[in-house]
Amino acid sequence: MIDKRVRSLADAVAGIPDGATILCAGFGGAGLPDALCEAVIEQGARDLTIVANNAGTGRTGLAALLATGRVKRIICSFPRSSGSVVFEELYAAGRIELELVPQGIISERMRCAAAGLGGFYSPVSVGTRLAEGKEHREIDGRMYVLEKPLKGDVALLAADRGDRWGNLSYRKSARNFNPTMAMAASLSIAQVRHFVELGEIDPETVITPGIFVDRLVEVPA
Amino acid sequence: MPLKRRQIAWRAAQDLVDGAYVNLGIGLPTLVADVLPADREIVLHSENGVLGVGPAPGDNEVDWDLVNAGKQPVTLLTGGSYVHHTDSFLMIRGGHLDLALLGAFEVSQKGDLANWTTDDPNFPPGVGGAMDLAVGAKEIRVLVEHTTRAGAPRIRRQCGYPLTAAGVVRRIYTDLAVIDVTSAGLVVRELVDDIDFRTLQAKTEAPLHAAPDLRPLRAPAL
Repeated sequence: MIDKRVRSLADAVAGIPDGATILCAGFGGAGLPDALCEAVIEQGARDLTIVANNAGTGRTGLAALLATGRVKRIICSFPRSSGSVVFEELYAAGRIELELVPQGIISERMRCAAAGLGGFYSPVSVGTRLAEGKEHREIDGRMYVLEKPLKGDVALLAADRGDRWGNLSYRKSARNFNPTMAMAASLSIAQVRHFVELGEIDPETVITPGIFVDRLVEVPA
Repeated sequence: MPLKRRQIAWRAAQDLVDGAYVNLGIGLPTLVADVLPADREIVLHSENGVLGVGPAPGDNEVDWDLVNAGKQPVTLLTGGSYVHHTDSFLMIRGGHLDLALLGAFEVSQKGDLANWTTDDPNFPPGVGGAMDLAVGAKEIRVLVEHTTRAGAPRIRRQCGYPLTAAGVVRRIYTDLAVIDVTSAGLVVRELVDDIDFRTLQAKTEAPLHAAPDLRPLRAPAL
């Protein structure tokens, strides 16, 4: 019998190794696995690389994880937003390395890893500083740069509903990076608002099929 | 009188055609959502996976699972839909959007766009979806205040800040004028009342040309 549900946040994040690359879903606070981020603090992994669209706000969730000083590097499209105080302090003090990647390129690089592909040619950033050092190639008269796949050791996800097979559904724009990140990591862990029985999520509305999910824990809203 | 920010947004909204799929960048362009022409169906795309963004919710209708690119709560129009990020940016990069309205730090006379970093060491850079939008939407228009708070021109011969994309901007809406980027240079289509062309040029680093049918730029009080 398949049952990917775990009882506690500690069980959900058990075994994340030092030096791991963690894909952290969410767009601002929507779809952000805040409880899992805080569980990683307790779990204790260090020298982490975080891949996330934003760098957290306030002092909870992702920001709390950054504040421990155990994240050495963040791959991010838009780190600074109102309330991103923890990141700004770390950045000003030179205590975190920032790799800035255009938003759609972060997403597509992860999709590429999920799909077993070796990279893709993209027109985004051509002629800008972010293209420096990348392989350029003209295809049918347009210039592109080579973007490489981005794979996670771990993905932290937030969904609305999940069943014991790991099927997930989301609410509204809280879907964002979750489906792609679920597919792009070796160990995908979801916090869900509601555990539901197998079959309760209409198969037509399963957004992330259970094959992409390893563990899920219930965290009511 | 220079236009207020909401009036710049109103002016840009007047050019949106019925049935257009349009992305609004964060900042000034976001205001366009609140001043859309009532007689047209315009489908707003938000990079975080919302197609058919509706107006801001009432105080009792705020749902933090439904936000726009600026992380502000929004609503969904009847007929709207949600997609995940990779598909949202497929829409952006794959030429499926008719238009993106973006903010800017600077625009050059060739339509170069700079809007992601000022290289200020105290402010970490943030590119977000700007580079994807700048090369992916079928057309790029910019909404920007004509000068900085210190009075420095934002429309320049060449951008001083690092580029987001080269040669992509086709039209610029400012608080003073509507300007087209053409192969013959910057052409002023509309100019606010009580500012003459020479004054506008003095506030603009790049050379301007007056359109033969130069019109007044006026917006309702809003």
